[in-house]
Amino acid sequence: MFALAVAATIGLGATWMALTRGSAYGGVTIGAWTAWPKTGTAGIDPYARAMIARTGELPVGSGDGVAFYARTDSAGEPLDGRCDVLLSGITPQARFWTLTLYDRTGHLVANSVRRQGFTSQEIIRKSDGSFDIIVGPRVRPGNWLPTGGVEKYQLVLRLYDTPIGMSTRSESEAPMPSITKDSCQ
Amino acid sequence: MMRFALWMLAALLLGAIVHLTTVLVLPGLATQDAYARVSAIAPVNAVVAVPPPTPDNEVMPFMDPAFAMSVCRYDLSRGSLKFSVPISQAYTSVSFYTRGDVPYYAINDRAAGRRVIELDLMTAAQRADLPENEDITRADRLIVTSPTSTGLIVIRALTPEAGWLTAARSTLAAARCRPQ
Repeated sequence: MFALAVAATIGLGATWMALTRGSAYGGVTIGAWTAWPKTGTAGIDPYARAMIARTGELPVGSGDGVAFYARTDSAGEPLDGRCDVLLSGITPQARFWTLTLYDRTGHLVANSVRRQGFTSQEIIRKSDGSFDIIVGPRVRPGNWLPTGGVEKYQLVLRLYDTPIGMSTRSESEAPMPSITKDSCQ
Repeated sequence: MMRFALWMLAALLLGAIVHLTTVLVLPGLATQDAYARVSAIAPVNAVVAVPPPTPDNEVMPFMDPAFAMSVCRYDLSRGSLKFSVPISQAYTSVSFYTRGDVPYYAINDRAAGRRVIELDLMTAAQRADLPENEDITRADRLIVTSPTSTGLIVIRALTPEAGWLTAARSTLAAARCRPQ
């Protein structure tokens, strides 16, 4: 009886962990960002399939684009909406990209200026083409992405019409912006 | 002691089986997956606009707010489907999802290479039934084969800046999916 209870705990516990931690196979990790390009194809693995069934999302198809997720900064600290975070650098080759801020469960976060993200067209760039985006609770000049003061959030950078995909492995092929924590409230 | 270790080993094995079974069975049992969410707003074989996501109201999580989006919830059990959408100025894509929300095909405006994305959607059986010469004479005809008889076509048009929204919406409003 005890053994059965242990079995059930291990089994269901492992399923729960696998589906909530987002640890599907075949991820491409570049800095703080991870993408699962295979989830956008018919070759999706059972874990990713179970995960999208649980969240209720429609993953980006591989002929459309690829989505990179960041839940921590480049140092591995969870993204906290009460802190100012600097996103800096360039993005991989793509016709368009969008950056969106979601809470941990994939819902948009309410804020006073109704900005949920940026597109590659909207962003103010430096003369060398790179950009800085400040993600934080208080109004900032330049590219400011409000967090609404939410405790934990994630950033999703979606590249559309891009050569980045399953064969991408390294930073040199796909330079992603760095994520650095600044001051906290 | 030995006996306890054996029981624990058995528990571990059983746990692994429980884990694998639940992972495999879960997608079939999900009642709040994307297909179910879309079903609540979309009739069968018609293009319907999906309301843009806001913090208090969204059809599904992880929607990209920079896109205008429409869906066609298709059912091929009575025959194949004809789909068309004119391309928008910015970026337009059409993605196909199975009943289990797996994207099996996607095409964008540039890959389509013309002003209109036009294609036929059918099951493998319906494709096999096509008269052969018809397939050959119309080499430009794009045929997409759906692994399941039901699923979703998602049409998305990017609004790179706020001013583009009207153009994106009118592109999507001109999308058609109908049985043939």
